[in-house]
Amino acid sequence: MNDARKIVLRTQGLCKNYGGVQALKGADFELREGEHIAIVGDNGAGKSTFVRQITGVEQPSSGQMFFDGKEVSFKSPLDAREAGIEAVFQNLALANDLDVPANIFLGREEVYFNLGPFSFLNEKKMLAKAKEGLEKTAVKIPNLRNAIGNMSGGQRQCVAISRSAAFASKLIIMDEPTAALGVQETTQVENIIRRLKKQGIPLILISHNLRQVFNLVDRIFVFRRGEIVGVVDADKTDGNEIVSLITGVKTGVHENASYI
Amino acid sequence: MINSSSTLGSAETQKSLLQRLPKDTGILLVLVGIAAIFEVLGWFVVEQTFIFNGQRLFIMILQMAIIGILAIGVGQIIIMAGIDLSGGSILGFAGIVAASLAQSSEYARAVYPALTDLPIIFPVLAGIAVGALLGFVNGSVIALTAIPPFIATLGMLVAARGLARWYTSGKQVSFLTEDFAIFGSGAWPVVTFLIVAGVFHVLLKYTVYGRRTYAIGSNEDAARVAGIAVKRHKILVYTMAGALYGIASIVQTSRAMTAQSGTGLMLELDAISAVVIGGTSLFGGRGRIMGTIIGVLILGTLTSGFTFLGIDVYYINIVKGVLIVAAVVADTYRQKRVAA
Ligand SMILES: Nc1ncnc2c1ncn2[C@@H]1O[C@H](COP(=O)(O)OP(=O)(O)OP(=O)(O)O)[C@@H](O)[C@H]1O
Ligand SMILES: [Mg+2]
Repeated sequence: MNDARKIVLRTQGLCKNYGGVQALKGADFELREGEHIAIVGDNGAGKSTFVRQITGVEQPSSGQMFFDGKEVSFKSPLDAREAGIEAVFQNLALANDLDVPANIFLGREEVYFNLGPFSFLNEKKMLAKAKEGLEKTAVKIPNLRNAIGNMSGGQRQCVAISRSAAFASKLIIMDEPTAALGVQETTQVENIIRRLKKQGIPLILISHNLRQVFNLVDRIFVFRRGEIVGVVDADKTDGNEIVSLITGVKTGVHENASYI
Repeated sequence: MINSSSTLGSAETQKSLLQRLPKDTGILLVLVGIAAIFEVLGWFVVEQTFIFNGQRLFIMILQMAIIGILAIGVGQIIIMAGIDLSGGSILGFAGIVAASLAQSSEYARAVYPALTDLPIIFPVLAGIAVGALLGFVNGSVIALTAIPPFIATLGMLVAARGLARWYTSGKQVSFLTEDFAIFGSGAWPVVTFLIVAGVFHVLLKYTVYGRRTYAIGSNEDAARVAGIAVKRHKILVYTMAGALYGIASIVQTSRAMTAQSGTGLMLELDAISAVVIGGTSLFGGRGRIMGTIIGVLILGTLTSGFTFLGIDVYYINIVKGVLIVAAVVADTYRQKRVAA
C-alpha cells in the first residue's frame, strides 16, 4: 500500500510469554495518522496482552516498537502516558474509593505549585475540568464528588473513557469499552469515538461487536491464538470474512449468526 | 423526584441528611457513649464524676499522645492497604539512640562519654532519623521484593528490638540532660500529637501525597496504570511513618527520662487498634486522621474509665478486643455493600 500518511505506531515481532504460555507471537502492527483501527479476535486471542505491551503496563518478551517516528520501550505506564498514549483497560482501572475528578486526574493531578508529592491539590480546577470533559460525553452522573465505587458500571466506564479522551494527544486505546454498557451508553461511547475521529486522534478499538467495528473503524486487525492472522480494510470486507479469520474456519459461517 | 439527574451536577446539592453529617459522627457517638456509661457507673459505683474532671481528662490524653503519634504513622500505611507491625520496636530503638545522645556529663559511664550535654536538637534529630531510616528499610523491602507488608514488618519488629538490645548490650540509658525533659513535660506530648495530627490531616486530604496514598490503597493496579510511581510512594509512606515513630520515641524517652531495649513493647498493637476502631479500612482506600484521633480517645477513655472504677485492668483488653473485631466487621459489611 502506498499510504502517504505518517506512521504513528508500529510494532515489529512483538512477543509476550507468560511462563510457558505464548500469549503474543510476533505481532507486526501499524497505525497511521488519524486512523481508527479495530482489533478483533476470540477470547484469549491476545488482544489485551497486545494492549498491555504497547502501554507500558507490561514489557514485551521480545520485539520492537516505534512510536511517533522513534523506537520506544516504555518502562512503565507513566512513560506511555507521557508519550501521549491513553488507554481504557478492560478491567476498569479506577480507584473505587476516590471521586470522579480524582479518578480522571489520577497520576496527573492539578496542583497550585509544584512541591513534588507535597504539592497542594487544586480540587476546584480538577472538578471544573472533569465536568467539562464529562459534559462532552453526555453522561449523567448526579454527584461527581461521590466515590466511584457507588456508581453503575456504565457511569464508571464513561469516567474511564472521558479520562482517556481528555488526555490523549497522540493515541487512544479502548479495550472493549462498551462490553458492559446499555444501549444509550453504548451510543454515547460511539459518539465519543466519532468525535475523536473528527479531531484526527488515532484510535485502537478492541471489540467483539463486529457491527460496531464496521461502523466505526477504517481497518481491522484480526488476532488468533496470539498471532495477527489478517489485516483488512473495513470497507473492503464483510462479516463472513472476518468471522472466518477469527475462527480459522472457512466454512460453516451462519448467514443469520448474531455476531454480525 | 423532580429531574434529579437530568443534567450534570444538578443533584450535587441534594444530599440526604445522613450524608450531610460529618463522616466521623458514628465513631464519635461510640466515644460519647462509652464516656456516658463510665459517667453513669461513676455516680453509682464510686459517687464521682468521670467526665467533668479536667485533671483526669488531661492525664488520659497525655498518656495517649504517644500511641496517637504511632497511630497516625501506621494509619496512613493502612489507608495504603499496607500494615506495619514494627512501630513499637522502632520506637524502642530510636528512643535508646536518642537517649544515648542526650546524656548528662554528670554521669560517669555515659554511652558516649565524649558526647554528653549536647544541645537537645542532636538527640531529637537522631531519634527521628533512626525511625525514618528503619521505615525506609521497611518500605524498600516491601516495594522492591514482593513480600507482604505483614511479614516484612514482622521481621522489623524482631530486628529493631534486637538492635536496641545490641546497641547498649541490654543496658538501660539514663541520666539524661534536664533540657531533654521538655518534650515530655506539661502539655508538650499533647501539643506534639496535635501538630503531627494536623500536618498529616492536611497531607492526606489536600496534597498529592494523600491522593496517591488513597489511590494505592483503593486499587494498586489502577494507580500504577495511571502512572503513579507506586513503589517510590510506598517507600515514602513507610519512611514518613518511621519518622513519626521516631518523634514518638522522643516524647516517650523525654517523659521517662530513661530508655531501655524493651521500651514501646506491643505499642504498635494499641496504635493499630486505634486506627481500626477509628474507621480506617484494613482493605485500604478509606480512613481519616479525625477518625484515628477519636479511636485513640476511645482507647484512652477505656483505660482511664476502668482505672476510675477500680475494675481489674485485664477486662480492658477484653473490651478492646471486642471493639476491634466489631470495627472490622462493620468495615467488612460496608465493603461488601460497595462491591455488590
Ligand atoms: N498475566 C498472565 N499470566 C498468564 N497468562 C496470561 C496472562 N495474561 C494473559 N494470559 C494468557 O494470554 C492469553 C491471551 O489473553 P488476553 O487477555 O490477551 O486475551 P484477549 O484477546 O484480550 O481475550 P478477551 O476477549 O477474553 O478479553 C490467554 O491465553 C491468557 O490466559
Ligand atoms: Mg481482553
